[in-house]
Amino acid sequence: MKPAPFQYVAAKSVDDAIALLSKYGADAKLIAGGQSLVPMMNFRLARPEWLIDINRIDGLAGITQQNGMLRIGSLTRYSELEASEAVQRGVPLLRQMLPHIAHEAIRNRGTIGGSICHADPAAEMPVAMLALDATFELRGPSGARRVAADDFFLGQMTTGIEADEVLVAIKIPETKNDERHGFSEFARRRGDFALASAAVVLRFNGGMISDHVRIAVGGLSERAERARKAEALLAGKTLTPTLIEEAAHTASGEVQAGQDLHATEAYRRSLIATQVKQALAVAADRTSSTGAKK
Amino acid sequence: MSELKQHDVAFTVNGKAETLSVSPRTSLADALRDTLGLTGTHIGCEHGVCGACTVLLDGKPVRSCLLFAVQAEGAAITTIEGIGDAQSPHPLQRAFNECHGLHCGFCTPGMIVTLSAFLKEHPQPTSADVREAISGNLCMCTGYQNIVRSALRAAELIEGAKP
Repeated sequence: MKPAPFQYVAAKSVDDAIALLSKYGADAKLIAGGQSLVPMMNFRLARPEWLIDINRIDGLAGITQQNGMLRIGSLTRYSELEASEAVQRGVPLLRQMLPHIAHEAIRNRGTIGGSICHADPAAEMPVAMLALDATFELRGPSGARRVAADDFFLGQMTTGIEADEVLVAIKIPETKNDERHGFSEFARRRGDFALASAAVVLRFNGGMISDHVRIAVGGLSERAERARKAEALLAGKTLTPTLIEEAAHTASGEVQAGQDLHATEAYRRSLIATQVKQALAVAADRTSSTGAKK
Repeated sequence: MSELKQHDVAFTVNGKAETLSVSPRTSLADALRDTLGLTGTHIGCEHGVCGACTVLLDGKPVRSCLLFAVQAEGAAITTIEGIGDAQSPHPLQRAFNECHGLHCGFCTPGMIVTLSAFLKEHPQPTSADVREAISGNLCMCTGYQNIVRSALRAAELIEGAKP
């Protein structure tokens, strides 16, 4: 339960981290909060020869508002997001989801960027990123590029980031007045990884749901994904209990769901129908949708 | 791999400045226990699940098994030894004693360190608040009822001690 020996270097800047990644290649891993990487190293599922610490890089953490977007530095810790008024006001769905992530001691270290790059299929953050239309700012030796959350999560712990790139920031559009949202998950114990989780965002046009509908799910298979048939089903309609049932059923049938020692496929499909239903029910309730409740 | 480099790291533990030479893979928990002899910090699961190794890093509870000592450069660390001792126990330590908040005692340092930070933020918690606060600390004796009672009693003791 101790990690294999490795060499340690603290990067001084993002450019320094990129240079170190370019130098050590596949033998290196970046460490941010370390709340997923270190357990994997202790189990020796990960054996990097070099650990590049990005915790000392100035300016990599922090939350700023610009042009209707929230820009969140990749090193921003969950506890900072939880305490942020800008997050509470600007992206209440994210605030609503945060207490579901592990426990306080983990949230005091774990970072938003770390969770996104780790891409654990049962983690909450990728699900929220898909529902919120997040964009990721990556920097590598040849410059910066942006990747939409929709194109980033490729498979189990596999993303669109290159081995010599650093995730610098996450951009999330601020929630509009005519948007409602909800998050729901099922885990065996408080703070455990979700067996099924769902995040929904619905934009309304008058009393009707517009064509901006996002239903993202996680915990079911190799990666978080969107339930696009269920999204299409909701577009242009009035949100009723019957429609919520139908959308939950459609989502449960269309998404990938796997089987492992924690749950059968049938159980996972049953769970996700309930989570989508609950998330939509939260969205239907304006009070919690404005983030006034936890 | 070339020869592993040792790193010098300086931080304070319970207010005392310490400078250590550590291997990169030495966890903060191991450095505290083996190098500094502060064996009050217990090591249970070594993958962040059990909470026995919880210490305060700049006032906030963290898992010392998931932090490498070399990463703690410049930090202020508080362990159970810094919370209180037999001569001057913290209200939590008095309350755990009074309410039988421990059976085997293995989880106790992590519980008390976690709760010490929690009670600062939530001086008048409900039983449900306390359960949420210790949801990341496992007691394998399953003595949770008395741990919750102890936390509520400690809140009373702290409140009562106020001028």
